[in-house]
Amino acid sequence: MKTEVINRVVLTEKKTSEWRSYELAGFWALRLTLVLVILILGVIVFDIVSKGAGVINWEFLTQPPRVGMTEGGIFPAIVGTFYVTLITIAFAVPLGVGAAIYLNEYAVQGKFTRLVRMSVRNLAGVPSIVFGLFGMAVFVKIFGFGPSLIAAGFTLGLLTLPVTVTASEEALRTVPRAYREGSFALGATRWQVVRTVVLPRAIPGILTGTILGLARAAGETAPILATGAAFFLPHLPDSIRSQFMALPYHLFIMSTQHHAISQVRPIAYGTALVLLALVCLLNLAAVLLRKRYRDKVAKGL
Amino acid sequence: MASITEKAMRVLFVFCGLAIILFLVGILYVLLSNSMPGLMELGFGPFFAADRWNPAAYGEPTYSLINMIYGTLMVTLGALIFAVPIGVAAAAYLAEIASPWERELFKPIVEVLAGVPSVVLGFFGLVVLAPLIARIFNLNSGLNAFNGAILVGIMALPIIITLAEDAITAVPKEYRHASLALGGTRWQTIWKTTIPAAFSGITAAAMLGMGRAIGETMIVLMVTGNMVARPDSFLDSVRTLSAGIAIDIGDVVFNSNHFHALFVAGLLLFLITFIVNLLADILIQRKPEANK
Repeated sequence: MKTEVINRVVLTEKKTSEWRSYELAGFWALRLTLVLVILILGVIVFDIVSKGAGVINWEFLTQPPRVGMTEGGIFPAIVGTFYVTLITIAFAVPLGVGAAIYLNEYAVQGKFTRLVRMSVRNLAGVPSIVFGLFGMAVFVKIFGFGPSLIAAGFTLGLLTLPVTVTASEEALRTVPRAYREGSFALGATRWQVVRTVVLPRAIPGILTGTILGLARAAGETAPILATGAAFFLPHLPDSIRSQFMALPYHLFIMSTQHHAISQVRPIAYGTALVLLALVCLLNLAAVLLRKRYRDKVAKGL
Repeated sequence: MASITEKAMRVLFVFCGLAIILFLVGILYVLLSNSMPGLMELGFGPFFAADRWNPAAYGEPTYSLINMIYGTLMVTLGALIFAVPIGVAAAAYLAEIASPWERELFKPIVEVLAGVPSVVLGFFGLVVLAPLIARIFNLNSGLNAFNGAILVGIMALPIIITLAEDAITAVPKEYRHASLALGGTRWQTIWKTTIPAAFSGITAAAMLGMGRAIGETMIVLMVTGNMVARPDSFLDSVRTLSAGIAIDIGDVVFNSNHFHALFVAGLLLFLITFIVNLLADILIQRKPEANK
């Protein structure tokens, strides 16, 4: 209301109502850009859901590909993605949580912690194909894993590390300082404080980070191109040294490399839908979980 | 006993922190050590000669990255031309105009868009956008830099929106109050006060989007056609540095010149994105002064 009055005083040449309508038009223009963004997402999701849904049935999800991958399902790709993300998490979560505990609980804030945090942010910006090169040179060749679940899992683990560090640090920061001070005052050592007071309260946040990391790893293709993903395998991986099929890689080959591209287009759509649904569900779970514990923190607990 | 556990845990956590730095340095080291043999044997010249990328040729292999650098630049610039204005406008709306319920509704949607795997975006570009582009521009194939730029722009949008919104929200309330008190309308306040005050943060958002666009691999691999010839226009097929690596990485002969050349491309990609991200990082640290 006050603004209204001031407007009238200052804008003598133009009527306030005229200004108001310009302003409203401007607001609508900005709103439209946001609607455009949502529309883009809507078109992509609609296309994939509408053309992929018809392909998906129990057989598609539980059977291996047949007849030169022109029929059958995508079961091995689902299993492969599941295995490789497990290794990713086993690699990235302990290291990421450890680094976050160091940054938030142990370190004296200064040059070194700034350097660590800068490294986290820069690691997040390294192109995924560069992780692929690194994984191929180090895990596949130097460590001698060969193209395998473990080589690809470690490569994806490096890639998701920034996600887990950042989310874990945020989670640790939400634990009130007074909790730590109270425990220290009772004579607890630092590790006791971290283990019994800080970590239990940070678990939901760390879990959020883990799920976000999982979603990221499950959707990545470039890092696994040369570290273990396979075009087609007649059987499921039986050790961490086996190659594997993966959903994103399967989508890539079914849409660009297969000898009968147009014939397998429905399978590609089905794969895209399964991958999209998987990643979106994981992200949604993380968002909801985060909202719940942020609300809790806001309420004072 | 307790003090041994105590010390062991401290060492363990320090090691975890140190490991992050070591990984980043390790990536740089691996890129350098694997590209050095190639640079030693061939020199820098062949990588930047006015030539094509054909390292597996039987007779005289050529290693020029020039056309791929062009390709990367075209896709990145095209993506930013499209994504920065839309992203900043959407962020301005979310931060300054949207009602709380709109924010509650739209922000998760933007996050969902951020989570769409790039291979899915690439697939969409391949099967939907490419035929559309081919029809509109009357081309044989819609797999070109234009298609890649649009999809990479879509990929970069959520990053730009989220970070630009953070930057705009971080502008102190006093700025807005002062502008309104002087008689500025809300519209004037947004464009003449708030957004200029958030400028460094918005620039950082655009740069981080740019960093992602430069390194994006699967989208460009699937929708730009991957021709190694020099592109003349956005409707030409291009191959980017990232796609160039992805195409050859599968069947390159270990420790060949070709292998080392791929790491030269990787090193170039790493250095470009590193510098872009570092600059964005410095900009983000610069907050509006009234925060103190």
